[in-house]
Formats: sequence, C-alpha cells, structure tokens
Amino acid sequence: MNMNLEVEVAEKNKTTVLVLLTGEVDAYTAPKLKENLLPLTKKEGTLIEVNLENVSYMDSTGLGVFISALKSTKANNSQLKLMNLEDRILRLFEITGLDSIITIDSTVRGGN
Amino acid sequence: MKHFDFIELKVPAKAEYIGVVRLSVSGIANRMGFTYEDIEDLKVAISEAMTNAVTHAYDEREDGEVTVGFGVYKNRLEVMVADRGESFDLTKVKADIGPYRQTESVEELREGGFGLFLIDALMDKVEINNDYGVIVLMTKFLHKNEVGFDDDQISTTQ
Repeated sequence: MNMNLEVEVAEKNKTTVLVLLTGEVDAYTAPKLKENLLPLTKKEGTLIEVNLENVSYMDSTGLGVFISALKSTKANNSQLKLMNLEDRILRLFEITGLDSIITIDSTVRGGN
Repeated sequence: MKHFDFIELKVPAKAEYIGVVRLSVSGIANRMGFTYEDIEDLKVAISEAMTNAVTHAYDEREDGEVTVGFGVYKNRLEVMVADRGESFDLTKVKADIGPYRQTESVEELREGGFGLFLIDALMDKVEINNDYGVIVLMTKFLHKNEVGFDDDQISTTQ
C-alpha cells in the first residue's frame, strides 16, 4: 500500500506526453500532481495522456486538479485524456458529471 | 448499558494526516463487515470532510487540530469530523454544492466545490453543525441482512 503519489512523465512522441500516476491522490498529494501536470498543458498542440491504472485512491482534490488542467488545455490549445480508471474512480467522475466534459478512455486496459 | 463503541482520534490539522484517518476508517468499517464498495465510499466521504476541516482549521491557526469520532453501532457507522476553525456560511455552502451541469461552461467550473457534494452522495445521512467551528456528522448503514426492496417490514431488536 502506497499512501504517497508518484508522477512519472514520459514523451510518447513529439505531440503526446504520457503521465503515469502511482499511489493515492488526496489533499496531501494533489499539489504534487498539479505541479507536474499543469506545465504540460501549456504547450500548444500537446496531447497529455494520464494513466490512472495504478491509482488506488482519489477524491475531489484529484477532480479539482483535472478540472484546472482541463481549463488550461482550453486556454493553451492542448488536450487532456484520462486512461485506465478503476471503476471506483470512474464513478467519482460520473457522480459529479465530470465524465461529460473530460475525455476518459476506460476501454484500454494495460497498454504498453 | 452501552449500545455502541466509540473511537476518537485527534490529528494535527495537516493534509498528511488525512490518509492516516482514511486508514483508520477503512479498518473500522472492515471489522464491522462493510462491503468493499461501502468502505471505498466511506474513505472518500471521510477524506472530503477531513480536507475541509484541515483547510478551515489551518486558516484559523497553524497548530490547529481536527477531531474525528467513530460511533460503531450494530447497524451503522457514524463518523464525526470537527474542526475548531472559523464558522462558514452554511447557506452559501449548500447553494454551492451540486454536480456539474451541462449548462455551465468549463471556465465556470469550481475546482474545489465537489467535497460536500460527494459526502452527501456517498453517505446515507449527513448533518452539518456550525455553531462552534464546523462539525460534519456522517452515517453509513450496514446492509448485512438486507432483504428485498419490496419488504418494508423488517423485524429488528432496535
């Protein structure tokens, strides 16, 4: 069990950046996520794919970070996509209605 | 005669202790026999209340504390989260909570406004008292011996 959050950023190709999250997103770790995620959204034309496969816990503080990242993509003409969300975490996006405005790809499991 | 067990935790009003309280609720709910789904709901709801309490208490003074009380009953878990920070405007808080609606633009989205909404959605009963600081009391019922929705008569010894 990991109470902390690891954020790994890797370039997939010239226009796509992969962000792999491992651990828990709460009020303690959300600032770290925001710090790492927001600068990536500033580059025009970039697609940011966030892999939440290894996220074991998330609450509204995580939703808040993704909302601010989404706003930044709108302002900077970049794109945000969330991938491999566990059912429990996907449910939070559904309850809050955020699944209708944030691109979520939950069909791809695993990946490379 | 004692009808329930009571557990109290007092933690510094710092974000790093939210995960510790989350572990505690997970352990208590597990021992009580809550399902995996219910335990996950409890973890999110209690963390949301803790996040609010930590924020309020910290605004007030740096060395603030948050008190968490767990009432363990046969058929339910009651969790109380109390800060001693400044009171907030409850009417305003209630007006601000709710899911995202299609009519709102992305720019208008509240980055921090989903906490109380999630607590309300994930718990069976939520009460907020702000006479002195802010106290959130949340209840989740155990559905161990659940019967069909058609049966409105259940004999219990309550």
